[in-house]
Order: sequence, then C-alpha cells, then structure tokens
Amino acid sequence: MAESGNPIPQAASEANYLRFREDSPADEPAVSLDSFFEQPNAVSVRIEAGDDPQRLIPHLSRVKLVEVDFPKFRDGRGFSTARILREAGYTGEIKATGDVLVDLVYFMRRCGFDSFAPDVAIDPAVLEACLNRYPHVYQHAADDAVPIWQLRHPELANG
Amino acid sequence: MYRYDKYDQAMVDARVEDFRDQTRRRIAGQMTDDQFKPLRLKNGLYLQLHAYMLRVAIPYGTLNSTQMRKLAHIARTYDRGYGHFTTRQNIQYNWIKLEQAPDILAELATVEMHAIQTSGESIRNVSADHYAGATADEVIDPRPWAEMLRQMTTFMPEFSYLPRKFKIAVIAAEEDRAAMRWHDFGLRIVKNDAGEIGFEVYPGGGMGRTPFIAYKARDFLPQHQIFSYLQAVLRVWNRHARRDNIHKQRMKILVHELGEEEFTRQVEEAFQHILKLGSDFPQAEYDRIAAYFAPPPFETRLSDEIDRSDPDFAVWVDQNVAAHKAPGYAIANISLKPIKGIGGDITAEQMEVVADLAERYSFDELRAAHTQNLVLPHVRKQDLYAVWQALVEAGLADANLDLVTDIIACPGLDYCSLANARSIPVAQKIAERFADEARQKDIGELKIKISGCINACGHHHAGHIGILGVDRKGTENYQLLLGGSGDENTTQAKITGPGFDEDGIVDAVERAVEHYRGIREPGERFLDTYRRVGMDGFKEAIYG
Ligand code: HEM
Ligand code: SF4
Repeated sequence: MAESGNPIPQAASEANYLRFREDSPADEPAVSLDSFFEQPNAVSVRIEAGDDPQRLIPHLSRVKLVEVDFPKFRDGRGFSTARILREAGYTGEIKATGDVLVDLVYFMRRCGFDSFAPDVAIDPAVLEACLNRYPHVYQHAADDAVPIWQLRHPELANG
Repeated sequence: MYRYDKYDQAMVDARVEDFRDQTRRRIAGQMTDDQFKPLRLKNGLYLQLHAYMLRVAIPYGTLNSTQMRKLAHIARTYDRGYGHFTTRQNIQYNWIKLEQAPDILAELATVEMHAIQTSGESIRNVSADHYAGATADEVIDPRPWAEMLRQMTTFMPEFSYLPRKFKIAVIAAEEDRAAMRWHDFGLRIVKNDAGEIGFEVYPGGGMGRTPFIAYKARDFLPQHQIFSYLQAVLRVWNRHARRDNIHKQRMKILVHELGEEEFTRQVEEAFQHILKLGSDFPQAEYDRIAAYFAPPPFETRLSDEIDRSDPDFAVWVDQNVAAHKAPGYAIANISLKPIKGIGGDITAEQMEVVADLAERYSFDELRAAHTQNLVLPHVRKQDLYAVWQALVEAGLADANLDLVTDIIACPGLDYCSLANARSIPVAQKIAERFADEARQKDIGELKIKISGCINACGHHHAGHIGILGVDRKGTENYQLLLGGSGDENTTQAKITGPGFDEDGIVDAVERAVEHYRGIREPGERFLDTYRRVGMDGFKEAIYG
C-alpha cells in the first residue's frame, strides 16, 4: 500500500515510537477512559482492549491522542476500536501500544492507526518489507487505498 | 470457473513472499515459535503429531484438471505421494517440511491456488454446495457469491485477530448438501416474491466441544448488502467475544450468551451504520465474477439412456450418480471411502486419473465435497460407462455414496496430538462389518461420523450415527450418538448411554442398524425411523 509510506523519525529517546504523522505529538500522558470524562481538559486518552470506544464519540472534538492497547497480539479488539473512531470522523492520532507485532502493523495502518509504541522495538527493515508487501487491497478500510473491485471498474469512478 | 486476473494473482504472489520471509525469520531465530505460530496458522500450516500439515484451500470445492495435477505433483514431491480431502472442501498434506512450505505455496500460486486463511483465527475458506451449477434445484449458482466473499474476506484488516476461526457456507437450493447450519455464518440464496435475489442469514453455528446449530437472523437480506452485514456480524463478535478462554471464543458462544435476539439487535445496529460507509461491491463486479460461472456449453439432444447391461456398472450408477439439470448429463460422484482405506485419502496417481477424467468428460471441472468425496459435475450419460471403467482401474469405483460405509472419520489418535481415541481403525472395522454390497444397499442412506475427541473434526454431532472417542481411565472408549444431521432439517445427535470399547462400538452400531431394519416403514431412511420412534427403542436394542 503506497499510502502507508515510512514512519516519520521521532526523537532518539523514543526509539520505540513509530509515528506516521507530521503534526507534533500530544505531550500529555494519556489517561484512562473514566479519568478522561472526569478531566475536562484532558486531550489524551487510553482505551484498554475491553473498553467501549463508542463512549468517546461525543467527546472527540477535544481529543488529540487515543492510545489503544494490545495486551497480547492475539487480542484483536483494538482493530475494531480504531475503525470505530475513524468512522466517527476522528482525525487525531491513534497509537497502538503493547504487544504489537511487526506483521500486523500493515493491517493496523489500514484500520487507522498512525503511530506505534510497541513493547519490543520493531526492526525497521522488516517493517518496511511488511508495509510494502501487498500491492493491492480487496476492501475499503480507514485508509484511502482503492479496493481491487474498484480498480477493475474504472467506469464507475464517478458514479 | 473463476480465473484470477492480474490483481488476484498479485495478491497471492505477494502472500508467498510474505510467508517466505516469515519462515526465514523464524528459522533465523528472529521470531519465537509463539510469534510464528499464528502467522503460519493463517497460512494453513499446522504442527501435528509427526510433522507439519499444510491445508490448501479449494474455494467452494471447485477445481480444474490443471489444479488437480498440481496437487498430485505436490503430493509426490513434498509429501509421501498422497493427499487428504477434508470435510471443508480443502486438501491437506500430512508430511510437510517447514523449509519447503514456501516453495509449495509458490507452486500453488502458479495454478491460482493458495493456503491463505485455511487455519488459525481467521475467516476460512468459503464452502458451498458441491452440486452448484449442476443441480436443477438451485435458485442461482451460489459460487459467484462464494468467490465474492473469498475476495472480500482475504486480509480484512479489522479482523486480523478474530477471537477464533470463522467458517462460511453458501447454498442456493432447498436441499442442504453443505451442512450450512453447522457453520459460523450460513447463507442460503433465495428469491423473494418480487423476484429479487437475497440471502437467508444463519449465524452462530459450529461443532466442536459446544455444538450449536445456526439460527435464522434474516429471512431476506438484499444481495448487495451481504458484505456490510458480514462486517457487522464480525465486528459485534470481534468486540464482545471473550478473550480469556480459547474454548469459549467461537461466535456461537457469544450468540448463546447474549441470546439470539440481542445478538441480532446488535448486528442490525452495526449493520445500519456500516451500510452507510458504502463498502459493498457493485453489480458490475458481481456480473464480472458471475460470467466465469456461466454454464458450460452443454450439448443438446443427447440421449438420457444409460446402458446398464454391466451389472457392476449399474450398481455404481444407482448409488453414485445424481440428476443433472441438463438433459443427457449426470453428476458422477467418486467415492474416496474404499472399505479398507482411510476416508478422504487419495494417491497422486489417482488424482491424475481424476484430473484426466475431468478434462475429458466433465468440461475440465471437479468438485471436492464436504463428505470427503470428489465429484465430476457435468458428465454426458453416454460417457458414464467409460468414466466408471477408468475409476475401476484406479480403485476409485466404490459404489457406496451416502451408505453405511461412506464414513467421515477424523485423523484421531493415529495422527492427532489432541485425540483420546483412534478414529480410522473404528471406521475401517465398521466398513468391513458392512462391506457386503447388498446389505449396504438394503440399509440405505446412513451417515456415520467419527471424532477422536470432543473437538468434533469428524462431525459426530451431525451423524445419523455419531461416534465420539473419549478417554476412560486411560483406555480408549467410544460413545454412540444418534439422530444428527447436516441437511436442511439440521439436528444435533444425542448420546445413547454408556460408552464401548473398540469392538463393542462396532457391535453397537450393528445392533442399532438391525433395530432400524426391523422397524422401518417402507421408504424410511435410518434417520427417518429414528425421528419417528425416538431414542428409547434404539437404546433398548443397543444395551439389551
Ligand atoms: C490432526 C490434526 C488436527 C487437530 C489438532 C485439529 C484440531 C481441532 C480443534 C482443536 C478443533 C476445535 C475447534 C473449535 O471448537 O473451535 C477442530 C475442529 C474441527 N476440525 Fe480439526 N483438527 C485436526 C485435523 C482435522 C482434519 C483432518 C479435519 C478434516 C478432515 C478437521 C476438521 C475440523 C472440523 C470440520 C472442525 C469442526 C469445526 C466446527 O467446530 O464447526 N480437523 N479441530
Ligand atoms: S476430533 Fe479430536 S482427535 Fe479428531 S482430529 Fe480433531 S482434535 Fe484430533
């Protein structure tokens, strides 16, 4: 997927922080979903795997960063969390934290994640290969990749 | 049948390189086995008792002779000269070396095949009626929709880590030949009163240790909303399933815990939202795919006569040949259940014979059935005798389709590390007990299904007679079940009572069968009689 590009380098102190955004990161630490509702000035929020991201939707205008945690890579709830936030129109940063496997970063990018702070540092060469492996996608997601069925029917582009 | 275009080919080729890289990193020690396991599982590579097993997808069971020859080549080159057709229209190789797996995938890609999402916590190969496109009783051919679903569910980003596996089946006929309601997501294509095509939607089925039959969530879903609906179902399950106990993570468990009504409500809510995102594919794409499934150029004015002068041939025709929608044609079933064999197993040489027959007599088309048999879907009736002769020569002419010796058995203790008991030897003993052709014929349709443990790979829940291997104080023991079915009146089999040892279970099956023969009414199959009289009489006959 050409759109994924390469991460934009962060400060050396944040070697495990891969970021695909050009704006400056929110410098406030993320608070839990419950604390976020109690703190009207909070702009960074952390969503655990079992949290309901829909609770955040009415408050998205003040959010700059959502951290979505993956307690273990087998727990795929965070993928839906990112989709739900993007579908609600959220354009701020969505950061995947925890057990983030390099082979899954590509799919996380497609779901709307645009930064990654994995527990274990990711090998940049492997990441690059993973991000650029698939030439096409079969379905719409949170990115702007054009699905194969649409490529097959350019005549429908304006319909 | 469907052919890849440059996009499909590019995706499958990319997956080969992806997997090659993952395998290389694993062998180089850059990944732990724990990290590699889910990656290889998403590509059908399973670690069994003795070696790696590779499961190759045969989407909706349809393949051509070139693909079958490639499967034979792989069996010969990378395995021990044979393969095993599974209960979900896939083929498995049981003796694979990890370092050769990427090469096998590369070989498969040259004939438009793959092993993507054939195991692991993913959306599996979409299965369909193996008579699709050949039977008269279907609304439309279900395979264009199955192919559509294959593409749309390939590498779905949101569902990169589902709680568990997810199996889809699509049928379009009144008669269910695909055990549709035993799937996580069953679809039946129907036509409404206005003549529009849509789906009956059945979520929440599955076997395993906690069996559930899928319930009907929708009587009519307009056809072009199916992908939105599927995404809604997956999203509700992905978000709300338990993640703390692998045995409780299948969708059927969530459906059961929430209740059908509440699950449907949540799905409908998510569906209304997803529908607005416009991710469903357009009619033009459906038309493009459907064109590949246009009926082959059937000859007209063919005779419906079959020369039955060879009595052995006549027996095979009566048992293994089914009606075709085109006059002068027939559907020929190839049994992979020889009396002394292992159900579903086939040698490379036999695969090549079948490939030749498909090329010569069946418009180059073959089907794999979930019953672990093969199908030549479009054979001229006048060619049946030649086909049969070639099958006899290849040892593939058993005339036992749907009979008592057409048994489904899982690998069991001979191959599987989870097993409590052996399955294959039990199947063989039952087959030998009932080997007599006249006796089989007299008994009629009877589906025996055997699993070596509660995971139910052998579908014992769906057997007219089911057998379940359990561990009883360290010795193999078998429970007997009656009354299951995977057809349009899907039912779950019930346990008769205390278990048996290996010889005891064969005797118990025979007593159940003899009881049926004693009390059946004209035209009744075993299942019909059981449904009419219930468990009690059978129990008495079995336990005396
Ligand atoms: C020998 C290695 C095998 C192992 C370790 C194995 C393991 C399992 C396990 C753990 C389950 C339960 C999954 C669940 O309930 O979520 C299962 C289910 C199943 N397996 Fe296997 N299996 C093996 C071979 C096979 C083979 C050879 C076939 C096909 C011929 C097969 C077909 C199935 C089917 C159809 C199910 C039931 C699916 C359902 O619950 O709806 N398995 N297997
Ligand atoms: S049913 Fe049990 S014994 Fe049989 S293959 Fe499945 S896991 Fe193994």
